[in-house]
Amino acid sequence: MEVPILKQSDYLIATIQAALTDEDLLKLHYALVEQVGKHRSRGVIIDVTALDIMDSFATRTLRSLVHMVKLRGADTVICGIQPEVAFTMVQLGLTLEGISTALDLEEGLALLTTSNNKKRKI
Amino acid sequence: MDGGSTIAITSDSDIIVARELGRRVGRELDFSLTDLTIIATVISELARNIIIFAKHGDMIIETIRHGKKVGIVITAVDKGPGIPDIFLAMQDGYSTGKGLGLGLPGVRRLMDEFEIFSETGKGTRVSVKKWLM
Repeated sequence: MEVPILKQSDYLIATIQAALTDEDLLKLHYALVEQVGKHRSRGVIIDVTALDIMDSFATRTLRSLVHMVKLRGADTVICGIQPEVAFTMVQLGLTLEGISTALDLEEGLALLTTSNNKKRKI
Repeated sequence: MDGGSTIAITSDSDIIVARELGRRVGRELDFSLTDLTIIATVISELARNIIIFAKHGDMIIETIRHGKKVGIVITAVDKGPGIPDIFLAMQDGYSTGKGLGLGLPGVRRLMDEFEIFSETGKGTRVSVKKWLM
């Protein structure tokens, strides 16, 4: 199942809607890195509310996705990690260090907007 | 043990099938949402090791009864290259850079019981249990 990517002003929003195969996750990876340039986006939100697990592969892929998007000049926020998913990730030893996270889509958008405004002032 | 199901793991989409079966079996036993997430994650990690290191193998999901205790048993079996150094494989690899990064220490932390048998050139069998508390 492919992940739809929506463009909203300066941002791209990718909402994961069901369990993804490794291949789907890699496709999302390439699509986002490409579309950041195409739409000249300043930020990307990956909404993982519907993901019922985050295993080591998903965590590793998301981590590299965030770094690649960063190299393309945009910030990423991962939002919607469910409580039991967070619990399991920590027990498993998986971390998203250095990556912005937010409770939900609304908070994620707010976080991107704040960091963008700060950048513009500089 | 009863109600066992075996799922052949040959591609990454089989990982999702195995995960969903584990969830279903766990839900029938009345495991909590957190435990169901743990069960699904453990299946994902073990099944992915099969794909990466052995190309194909089996995931076996069973329920277990021991007196009044009820639980789930997840077994991953493959005829792959085997793990030459199980001690190293059981070191935490994600944060320290030690270990083999198979995710096995994490899987052991998440479950109540953990068993591993591996022979170089013959394959690996990892069996884990979670009891309903």
